Amino acid sequence: MNAPVIVSGSPVTPAFDVAAVREQFPILKREINGKPLVYLDSAASAQKPRAVIDAMIHSMEHSYSNVHRGLHTLANETTDAFEKARESVARFIHAENREAIVFTKGATEAINLVAASIGLTLNAGDEIVVSEMEHHANLVPWHFLRERKGVVLRFVPVTDEGALDLDAYRALLGPKTRVVALTHMSNVTGSITDVRAVVEAAHAAGAIVLLDGAQAVVHRPIDVQALGCDFYVFSGHKLYGPTGIGVLYGKPERLASLAPYQGGGEMIGVVSQDLITYADPPHRFEAGTPPILEAIGLGAAIDWLETLDREAVEAHEQALYDRAVAGLEGVDWLRMLGTAPGKGAILAFTVEGAHAHDVAQILDRYGVAVRAGTHCAEPLMRRFGVSSSARASFALYNTLEEADAFVDALLKAKSFFS
Amino acid sequence: MSAIDAELSELIDEFELLGDWEERIRHVIDLGKSLDPLTDAERSDLNKVRGCASQVWLVTGRSPDGALTFRGDSDAYIVRGLIALLLRFYSNRQPDEILAFDAKGGMTRLGLEGALTMQRSNGLFSMVERIRRDAREATAAA
Repeated sequence: MNAPVIVSGSPVTPAFDVAAVREQFPILKREINGKPLVYLDSAASAQKPRAVIDAMIHSMEHSYSNVHRGLHTLANETTDAFEKARESVARFIHAENREAIVFTKGATEAINLVAASIGLTLNAGDEIVVSEMEHHANLVPWHFLRERKGVVLRFVPVTDEGALDLDAYRALLGPKTRVVALTHMSNVTGSITDVRAVVEAAHAAGAIVLLDGAQAVVHRPIDVQALGCDFYVFSGHKLYGPTGIGVLYGKPERLASLAPYQGGGEMIGVVSQDLITYADPPHRFEAGTPPILEAIGLGAAIDWLETLDREAVEAHEQALYDRAVAGLEGVDWLRMLGTAPGKGAILAFTVEGAHAHDVAQILDRYGVAVRAGTHCAEPLMRRFGVSSSARASFALYNTLEEADAFVDALLKAKSFFS
Repeated sequence: MSAIDAELSELIDEFELLGDWEERIRHVIDLGKSLDPLTDAERSDLNKVRGCASQVWLVTGRSPDGALTFRGDSDAYIVRGLIALLLRFYSNRQPDEILAFDAKGGMTRLGLEGALTMQRSNGLFSMVERIRRDAREATAAA
């Protein structure tokens, strides 16, 4: 028996049962400074359900081995579990097949892989389109190409509401555009990119499209074939799975023509003294022993998520966000960054008279965990004219009471600086 | 008792008068407000201590008697207050005194445990590292 343990629990119900969901996250019982933990930093990294913890423990205790190498029972069992996780990912994002799914150590590595391999085919003067709201993970790998190959980066501006300026985007596209690399959902504002419009215009210009789905995949159903993108990347740890595992989806024909990134075991066809050939995707891009347990854990996270009604999850998360915003209505010392319609449940803000760092430290004393800083998105901070901001991000396990606790704690925090 | 330990016990007395953490934090914020700010020129990249959530600057000087002097600043109030405390420990001390002092333990005794975590997002830890590095370099140069 090598299948990950599937958690018993609430079946799919139209009404989202947050109490039942919370029961499956052991860490949510913790207290911080004598207060119940209110974890509003899931956009940085989400907590893990019992199903994920159990699947990884089960693998270690029961059938652990390296994958794709041995011929013994444990090797077969672990390889099956590892490849089953790949199938779960492919099903989850509606990929053409499981060979379209490359395991990486995270979204960051996935983007580095694509940038490095595509970079081999780019020349000085070729253009890459990114936006002002990219995470540094979707900027720095392209900056490498600017530094090393003379590639030109073109930045799509962001509107005052925090949305991608689609008209400006279309105007940036031209005969030299080779790659469009954009976030599907901003990690700061929660703004959602109109991906179909982006892809249509990029493909018309002959450019390929990479989407950073690290946030979007957590909150919206993803169908990569319907989106039409060439590459889609995300991390496991924001999707209620483990750290150390991420996904690069590539259209089969794109992956087939992509040069390998790292060299090592299991990515080759033949190795001799003067010749090497490479394995077909996805193995071509998975040099060395992969993060086996982490992949199995990610598969378990996805299998668990699929037991939930994701539309109900989205509605629940939106209700949390709306509750917090309603609680802060009329507060004149608060500035929210990003108010675009249809945006996700991420609330980035600045507080007049206090630094984001101050706010986060005080909130922590009340048990409320938020992020403070630039959120690895310095160009966006600059766009909004702030040096940093605080960010409360809502997840499926948060409750309306927690949204209220956040508002109460924030009002108290402000009193320290008045 | 070293001068730093004397300062610590004075601070412990000062903080004992305060009640719960809310009062302590308010006091730390007040200390930060009364800290002399650095000039724009002193808030330079050279003086910047690696942080993420907030920015921290440290200016190191040397007295004729060999003591190291420190001035610091931050754009966050609580961090400024904690810097004010650290400066009371560290500024105008001989390098060997600086190296002998356990800042983390000192903060804990003030009821401010957690102030010096190893998080990169917290520039204070890096500030203590830089102060200790300056002290080591001063010792080596002596």
